[in-house]
Amino acid sequence: MSEGTLYDKVWDRHKVTTLPTGQDQLFVGLHLIHEVTSPQAFGMLRERDLEVAYPELTHATVDHIVPTADQSRPYEEDAAEEMMSELERNVREAGIDFSDPDSGDQGIVHVVGPEQGLTQPGKTIVCGDSHTSTHGAFGALAFGIGTSQIRDVLATGTLAFEKQKVRKIEVDGELGDGVGAKDVILEIIRRLGTEGGVGYVYEYAGSAIESLGMEGRMSICNMSIEGGARAGYVNPDETTYEWLEETDYFRENPEKFEELKPYWESIRSDDDAEYDDVVRIDADELEPVVTWGTTPGQGIGITDPIPEPEALPADKQDTARRAQEHMRVEPGETMAGYDIDVAFLGSCTNARLPDLRRAARIVEGREVHDDVRALVVPGSQRVQKAAEEEGLKDVFEAAGFEWRNAGCSMCLGMNEDQLEGDEACASSSNRNFVGRQGSKDGRTVLMNPRMVAAAAITGEVTDVRELPEAEVTA
Amino acid sequence: MADADGVEIPEVDSVSGSGVPIRGNDIDTDQIIPARFMKVVTFDGLGEFAFFDLRFDEDDEQKDHPFNEERFQDSSVMVVNSNFGCGSSREHAPQALMRWGIDAIIGESFAEIFAGNCLALGIPTVTADAETIEELQDWVDENPDGDLEIDVEAETVTYGSETIDVTVDDAQRKALVEGVWDTTALMKSNAAAVRDTARELPYVEADAIPEAE
Repeated sequence: MSEGTLYDKVWDRHKVTTLPTGQDQLFVGLHLIHEVTSPQAFGMLRERDLEVAYPELTHATVDHIVPTADQSRPYEEDAAEEMMSELERNVREAGIDFSDPDSGDQGIVHVVGPEQGLTQPGKTIVCGDSHTSTHGAFGALAFGIGTSQIRDVLATGTLAFEKQKVRKIEVDGELGDGVGAKDVILEIIRRLGTEGGVGYVYEYAGSAIESLGMEGRMSICNMSIEGGARAGYVNPDETTYEWLEETDYFRENPEKFEELKPYWESIRSDDDAEYDDVVRIDADELEPVVTWGTTPGQGIGITDPIPEPEALPADKQDTARRAQEHMRVEPGETMAGYDIDVAFLGSCTNARLPDLRRAARIVEGREVHDDVRALVVPGSQRVQKAAEEEGLKDVFEAAGFEWRNAGCSMCLGMNEDQLEGDEACASSSNRNFVGRQGSKDGRTVLMNPRMVAAAAITGEVTDVRELPEAEVTA
Repeated sequence: MADADGVEIPEVDSVSGSGVPIRGNDIDTDQIIPARFMKVVTFDGLGEFAFFDLRFDEDDEQKDHPFNEERFQDSSVMVVNSNFGCGSSREHAPQALMRWGIDAIIGESFAEIFAGNCLALGIPTVTADAETIEELQDWVDENPDGDLEIDVEAETVTYGSETIDVTVDDAQRKALVEGVWDTTALMKSNAAAVRDTARELPYVEADAIPEAE
């Protein structure tokens, strides 16, 4: 059993009691809700005549179904309008703050929480969305829950949960040019498997993690769940505190910053903390990673050959064969040169300002390939506004990208942004599951945002490190 | 047991019924219920969309899938392989399976959020090793009308003349057998202790904590 880790400390501080099932009842410090997984939970509350116990610790936004082109109300799609109206009614009746599109604060729930300062070290954070693990980047204990559990949290401010083991993943060294946080997490999932993290919480540590900005740490924690780990976190440090100081909450309450800092420091994992497992990864060895298959664990370095299914462990072979058939890739070849039809820059994994900046640098002075439909969907209205102010929108549009409004968009195809037929998509999102991007024959290749930008330009999966210099137009 | 709010929570000490094999590792919740069917504000009616894209082609013609086969239409115990239910946390996935008719799932392993969502619906997720699962899937294929009996408390599955040992997570077993898997009322009864915990947390502002009822 782990001891002295951030996980142990945050757990202990939030434990209310042990339930008769042996599970612990944990207090929830921040409950984020959105339109897809919460309406049924509010319905269950009404059936049982229960009220929201901690409305002030609850925060809502709309992201999954929101259109990214025309956002005028009522939404063109009836189902989307109904879900939005239901959310509006629920938050109004319960007195829950709502970052709606009119507020200028709307966005993907995992972008909104951190930018407003709702996400803080040492909090327990839950949301009916598996990518809630994102908030662990701040040293929070954050995980996704189902709708019946949303009912529990709404009604009681708590959750019944079993304590997990802690695996420390130490990434030491320096990431090379063109290699980013996304590549680190894709490599971790490739090595440990999509189910390797079941039963574990991941603590990401080491010099390569510490040198990342908050957006990079968020990209890594975000995809913990793709490796089977329900939560992942990074110990809070000066980088974390610098981010927090700039958020709404601490700008409005500067005294809170000094007041809470000792708590944040106190929940950092001890130097002599005990872990259930430790894995080490050398950052210097990494190159841009792309997926060749239909699970996030089916990844590969951009210069490495796609594996022969027979060379994989027995229980991975069938899945690999089916994936290679779906993706139409050949073992032995690299993914470089794989034709793409769509380039998607967005999602809770990679749609923050620094992600867009990095991609814009690749795009600047170049043009999107004739056969490619390329879109940028900023993670939030604030990201969108900041990007527009610093000229990123112009860069993307000049190159031929569509510039959209904030939302989940083509990451999961719940609004009108979807793949069609068997289109192949270079995507900065988190899941390459069959059908994920809205078409069951669609093909998704996951990669970092710079690699998406490079693919948009060349029309094929491209090693961004080898993209020829852009011809600077006068 | 009936909880404080009068909600009846059945004890699930055993489940029996005929089986349906769903083969393949890493079957994610996008495959169990594609996102486009989640544009709804209730879970009613999700059953017909379970595994939709695996069951129907673009022209809505049926594809080969056990959920389409006549012989499995009355099945209530699904037998799956490893990492079943990975990906999105959508409770729509077990809700769709439950509404299709599934009361229990036996598999090599389950994604955690999915297993938690099943428990919240009173659906056991029982595990056994890969070889056992494969034998069970073959048996179910050959005996579509044969009953499987899952004894949750004893952690066994009986089929044909065989009784095999399986594993049920401790907390899940207790919750199901004692009928405390719907945790809302149970946790609500600890409201005073919850407020005490909240008061001890430096980041929780005093006015966010409700008055005692």
